[in-house]
Amino acid sequence: MERATHIVHEKAPTLPPPVMSVGIARWLKENLFSSASNIVLTFVVIYLLWLIIPPFLDWAIFDAVWVAASRAECWDTADGACWAVVVTRFDQFVYGDYPKSERWRANLAFVLLFVALAPVLYDRIPWRRHLVGFSICYPVVAYILLIGGLGLPEVETARFGGFLLTIVIGITGISASLPLGILLALGRQSDLFIIRVLCVAFIEFIRGVPLITLLFVASTLLNYFMPPGTSFNLLVRVLIMVTLFSAAYLAEVIRGGLQAMPAGQYEAAKSLGLPYWKTMRLVILPQALKISIPGIVNSFIALYKDTTLVIIIGLLDPLGIGKATLSDTTWQGLSTEVYIFVAIFFFLCCFGMSRYSAWLERRLHTGH
Amino acid sequence: MTDQDIQGSEEAFTGAVSDEVVIDITSMNKWFGDFHVLKDINLTVYRGERIVICGPSGSGKSTMIRCINRLEKHQRGRVEVDGIELTDNIKKMDQVRREVGMVFQHFNLFPHLTVLENCTLAPIWVRRMPRAEADESAMRYLERVKIPEQASKYPGQLSGGQQQRVAIARSLCMEPRVMLFDEPTSALDPEMIKEVLEVMVDLAESGMTMLVVSHEMGFARQVANRIIFMDEGQIVEQAPPTEFFRNPKSDRTKLFLSQILHSAEA
Repeated sequence: MERATHIVHEKAPTLPPPVMSVGIARWLKENLFSSASNIVLTFVVIYLLWLIIPPFLDWAIFDAVWVAASRAECWDTADGACWAVVVTRFDQFVYGDYPKSERWRANLAFVLLFVALAPVLYDRIPWRRHLVGFSICYPVVAYILLIGGLGLPEVETARFGGFLLTIVIGITGISASLPLGILLALGRQSDLFIIRVLCVAFIEFIRGVPLITLLFVASTLLNYFMPPGTSFNLLVRVLIMVTLFSAAYLAEVIRGGLQAMPAGQYEAAKSLGLPYWKTMRLVILPQALKISIPGIVNSFIALYKDTTLVIIIGLLDPLGIGKATLSDTTWQGLSTEVYIFVAIFFFLCCFGMSRYSAWLERRLHTGH
Repeated sequence: MTDQDIQGSEEAFTGAVSDEVVIDITSMNKWFGDFHVLKDINLTVYRGERIVICGPSGSGKSTMIRCINRLEKHQRGRVEVDGIELTDNIKKMDQVRREVGMVFQHFNLFPHLTVLENCTLAPIWVRRMPRAEADESAMRYLERVKIPEQASKYPGQLSGGQQQRVAIARSLCMEPRVMLFDEPTSALDPEMIKEVLEVMVDLAESGMTMLVVSHEMGFARQVANRIIFMDEGQIVEQAPPTEFFRNPKSDRTKLFLSQILHSAEA
């Protein structure tokens, strides 16, 4: 054995990889044609897609009717989807009962929402510092635009509906529940007994009760607790309940992230003399929240879809508008079209959130 | 290997030690549950001293130096750092920690910040130093630990030795009066131990007061003015390096030295 000494004098050359191990060819081979059973599966799936997709496209697009006055007219014209119901009722789906003359305010609030979100969601935007200032003021701006004030006539929140209502509840719930969830998660880990107990009790109570129950409480019971004479807007009550509900779930997700932090990070921050809140803000939370992104976004998506539950206490979210539309004799029987339309709206919003979170995770990856 | 490199210049370095007391520990005791980890520790450290603390694992070395910046609380006795007694007063403890730098076995860099941001975080947020000034001083310290070119990288992209040098620079940026090292080289590959020890030697030569928990006996010979041997929560023996190595008094020290010197030769 000892004689088998082997010495290499030249460095081994660096070679390009073989053709079949890169690019599309490799992808196809690895994913679709890697084995006999995989090849069979690939063809079965292609056949199924061929069975499903063309008829669906015929129904949804080629044979569809986009303009018609009623369902009967639709069905006389063609046998595809009757999108005319959605086209005719489009404004209602978007704004609910928001007065026509004031709808520009909702539109403006919607556009400004993106201006406010941009610096929060994307940190390399130019003039970020100034834009963040606007983001902080946005809730007030949106309140004035949507509800009224500063010379704008008041619009009752009972007239909010459709996607407008979904977005108002969804965005408010999301942006208010995140900070509250963080505080609850930190409180649950606090050294102060009272704070810890309060946080645990709150989280466990909210998690143990269905959201619908909380919404009923919001719509009826809260009135008993309030001093007589104070009328508490129904939408505000819903917003509070949705926020609390989501915050309890977020707190648990974030607690998971906090527990994943090695003790060494706390010790390093302490040994540099950083006080508690600065340690949390600068060292612990940036890392803990990063780990929790998938869970946090999961909760946000759940919250966004749960906004449809407000239909039960009489608010007209997109599903409510859909139901109202379908009970109109002109459009009866078109539930497929109506619900597909609503589903597409929710899917686009939720899929967008999911893509953003995937991007953010890649973005925050610092190679360790 | 590293031992021998540094051993060559045995006793070449004798830094000045003043008679100003920086750390004063009197009859400190600590328990983990029922386990008595630190038993009646008495230790006075003067400005400019370089103390190496060694001993078998579980002897309480790390716990002792962690009590000095109150990462661990002692339960009986008295610890004074820079004239401030260590208590539960959080404000005062943060004040003490600003003056006491600490380097950990596992570096504990902040992975979400670049090397430069790791170094400037505390000066900016604790010392309220303007950013430009903090950047400049951080670069000076990164040059001193010989990695200024890594400033914009993230810790995850560096080798262990480089990370530990960043950790040293990060502590130095707070311009501490004392530096604690908790086994700074024991998580490193042999070839990286040397680069970290060189930085520590350089630091010792600059007159920094240092307490180092380490088994690097070559380093101890070269820079320490006092070696402390701990066993079972007690300080068993303390002596200047020459005396400690040539003429250990207690049997436990002799046994320990024969074991680690034997393994160093192997």
